[in-house]
Amino acid sequence: MRAHRSHQAYWAFVGHRVSGIALAAFLPLHFLTLALVLKGTAALDSFLVLAEMPLFKIAEWGLVVLLAVHFFFGLRLLFLELHPWKRAGDSRLYWIVPSLFAAFLVGAVFVAGVV
Amino acid sequence: MDAVSPKSLSVRIWRGKDDGRFETYEVPARDNQTVLDVVTEVQRRHEPALAYRFACRVGVCGSCAMTVNGVPRWTCRTHVAKVAEAGEITIEPLRNMPRIKDLACDMAGFFDKWQKAGGRFTGTRNRAEPPAAVDPASRKRVAVDAAIECINCAVCYSACDVVSWNEEYLGPAALNRAWTLVNDERHALRRTTLDLAMEQGGCGNCHTQGSCMRHCPVGISPTESIAGLKRMSLLSFLVRDHAAADALAKTEEPA
Repeated sequence: MRAHRSHQAYWAFVGHRVSGIALAAFLPLHFLTLALVLKGTAALDSFLVLAEMPLFKIAEWGLVVLLAVHFFFGLRLLFLELHPWKRAGDSRLYWIVPSLFAAFLVGAVFVAGVV
Repeated sequence: MDAVSPKSLSVRIWRGKDDGRFETYEVPARDNQTVLDVVTEVQRRHEPALAYRFACRVGVCGSCAMTVNGVPRWTCRTHVAKVAEAGEITIEPLRNMPRIKDLACDMAGFFDKWQKAGGRFTGTRNRAEPPAAVDPASRKRVAVDAAIECINCAVCYSACDVVSWNEEYLGPAALNRAWTLVNDERHALRRTTLDLAMEQGGCGNCHTQGSCMRHCPVGISPTESIAGLKRMSLLSFLVRDHAAADALAKTEEPA
């Protein structure tokens, strides 16, 4: 990371971008697996057996956290761009860390629900 | 026997154009020393051919900005003590502009973008007319005041990664200028400036990385100005064929 980038707002950008790309990469795979049902319930069920593996559960947790990160960082961006700033320079940097906490809280709730 | 040697500073300075190299100079470390002092000392005592820019030396002119240890800064207002790492400093020209020689870069493209963003003021009154009465507490004037102190040093332009990725992008300084004009009720071409700031390479390209506001030596937040332009462009799109747009256009006609 070059020195001019090492500040919170840039990390928020990186978090939003990386989670967005990861989710975009996930979606086609999601649709592909859903499309297995077109081949019959047996095809889908054989995949759903795989989805019960612990590795899949961890990946699902990652997916939920990524979604939540993208959601909360995206909310900050929407707020910054659509709502007049209440004072000069107030770029809501103090939303960034709580956004991460909230994302991991969502992840924890997911884990509690699954386990 | 220990020789008592004065503390020295190891300064790596970029020499040449794009295919140049870093050269290291040793200069005495002093109690009160800015990075610009160091560059000047290198030029006076070690390397007379060293090219760099400065004028006022007190943070008014905006010509001495360079990349110091990877961060764009006014060298005249940067104390060595604040940035030196284990007695070393690395000084390069600003990013995102063609290098001319050593620490000087070609800022023509940067200034051209000010014009492209509609940054030229066009008054609504002539000198025979009374000056416009602008309420300093009005919402628009408060927005202008927050962004008006820019001195074109290009620190934000150098800090912005979107400028590096997209050479068409007008950059934080030019868009910040446009924001001051679209909020200036004395500016006759507010709609034109907004249209130019919304074009390809305009405000829509900003990714809100915030490096411009992080590094602006004056404390301006171009991110905020660009967010304002985005908001205004959205509104102008929503009402573009309606009475509100006509009313807006009317206010733009020179008196």
